[in-house]
Amino acid sequence: MAHVEHETGTRRDFLYVATTAAGVVATGAVVWPLINQMNPSADVQALAQIQVDVSAMTPGSQMTVLFLGKPVFIRRRTEEEIAQAAADDEANLPDPLARNVNLAEDAPATDANRALDEGREWLVMIGVCTHLGCVPLAEAGDFDGWFCPCHGSHYDKSGRIRRGPAPENMHIPVAEFISDTVIQLG
Amino acid sequence: MKSGTPHEEISGIPHDAYEPKTPAEKWLESRLPIIGLLHTTLTIPTPKNLNWMWIWGVVLVFALVMQIVTGIVLVMHYQPGVDTAFASVEHIMRNVNAGWAFRYVHSNGASLFFVAVYAHIFRNLYYGGYKYPREVTWIIGMLIYLLMMATAFMGYVLPWGQMSFWGATVITGLFGAIPLIGDSIQTWLLGGPAVDNPTLTRFFSLHYLLPFMILGLTILHVWAFHHTGNNNPTGVEVRRTSKEEAERDTVPFWPYFVIKDLYALVFVLVIFAIIVGFMPNYLGHPDNYIEADALVTPAHIVPEWYFLPFYAILRAITFDILFIDSKLGGVIAMFGSILVMGAAPWLDTSRVRSGRYRPRFKIFFWLFVLAFFVLMWCGAMPPEQPFVIISQIATLYWFAYFLVVLPVLGLTEKPLPMPATIEEDFRRRHPDIKPAE
Repeated sequence: MAHVEHETGTRRDFLYVATTAAGVVATGAVVWPLINQMNPSADVQALAQIQVDVSAMTPGSQMTVLFLGKPVFIRRRTEEEIAQAAADDEANLPDPLARNVNLAEDAPATDANRALDEGREWLVMIGVCTHLGCVPLAEAGDFDGWFCPCHGSHYDKSGRIRRGPAPENMHIPVAEFISDTVIQLG
Repeated sequence: MKSGTPHEEISGIPHDAYEPKTPAEKWLESRLPIIGLLHTTLTIPTPKNLNWMWIWGVVLVFALVMQIVTGIVLVMHYQPGVDTAFASVEHIMRNVNAGWAFRYVHSNGASLFFVAVYAHIFRNLYYGGYKYPREVTWIIGMLIYLLMMATAFMGYVLPWGQMSFWGATVITGLFGAIPLIGDSIQTWLLGGPAVDNPTLTRFFSLHYLLPFMILGLTILHVWAFHHTGNNNPTGVEVRRTSKEEAERDTVPFWPYFVIKDLYALVFVLVIFAIIVGFMPNYLGHPDNYIEADALVTPAHIVPEWYFLPFYAILRAITFDILFIDSKLGGVIAMFGSILVMGAAPWLDTSRVRSGRYRPRFKIFFWLFVLAFFVLMWCGAMPPEQPFVIISQIATLYWFAYFLVVLPVLGLTEKPLPMPATIEEDFRRRHPDIKPAE
């Protein structure tokens, strides 16, 4: 071998490697801020927390509030809607998970796991189709729940995907009743 | 090369070289050979049998320059920002001198650009322009096409209408389908949890940048096919054996093809002017004259016409494929449909370039064109039957064309006899045209 004399590498080899390594680190240090500046800025990141007064809502009505740039559906369901949602627990659900951040990640997609309160009257979810982010229309679709007009995803009375291209049930945000009539999001 | 004038070989074709004559030319040429470069580029020997499908390259260059010029003008009056964008576009339409004209030329210019690029792509698919030795030209062309789509998409967001907003939501949602890192990428693209001001301002920045990258790639694209020489409707190469034979297959680009291309451009621009002048919103959507609203999705989100075929492919995947869910499957199919097109030079096993001499290829080619337009039609329709099944069949054919038809046909098809030279084919088609003395 020609390099027998320099088994451990020459001083020049070391300088090449060191210079290249320093160059890579320096390039990374310059490039990273250029990439990271596109991530959410501090004001966007500052987690908003909003309180919604739902005292005026009657059973069978729905309101939509804007939270973190996305619509949140707050629906006060009727007895029939609750009954139908509960019955659909037995149906074939494409997404078996509750998608409720207030519960464990593997909680099953029962209506009880998706409703906000014990009586399952209140359903609060991010009104964004899990397919490509459109806002589904209420009281529409094959299951009389929500229907996404963009690509035809059908959700049931519990906001669970039943048919169409959306892969997941509509997501439940961090939410709780902080009084009898006020829901806090975030 | 024996005769008195110096020769050089451009794309291997023997050809008169530029010779600086005046002292000033000599002075400059010895320091920066730019006149020689321009001379070589403009006088490139070009196959004399190029038909009317060879005009689209010039139309595309014209469209790029037109979009850059009108775009720079629009930027002088447009104000990016969720509170100002929509109003500033109306300001351009109503207050800025001839602002309406600049905006309509620019917005319809995108359509002109895509009409030309689709014609250009289909011409190359038919005449085998992507085959050896022009694979790099083809790949650069595909990159230009991808950048065009990115540019057009981001440009459409800038007026901040309902279609702008929801189109941006849907398209950036495609990246959210990527496993594991999808959500982070989507947030990074948007600059927040949803399409908002940060999204608009970065799209504005990139919409200004990308056309100049397209310009750079266009120069490489032209350089690449100047190096290999043009393809032509016969697919037979220009003879490079002697300058005399080469001259019987070609004419110089200047003035012959410059005049021809300008003549064609006039016709194209007449139609363009009719659209801009009399039906400027025909290709747009009325919903985009409603300001963006994060709480209301339009009943029917439709992308611009030039995205419809790929939108239909996206929506055609309504079923899970093994462990890939339908959402990711649709995204893979959409990007894959362009990827397989880019791979055409390596998928096509036929060594005959031109579809003229491939009787069975012709049938499959025109079916492919049909699939393209069927997908375009389905993309504009609501996501219901029978459009879903029709787009699934057309999507299947799209992939089959590249992955099955092109590889198999080249091995099984018996091509028709081809002319030995371009001159021979030209004489047969135009017996009344005598060669210049």
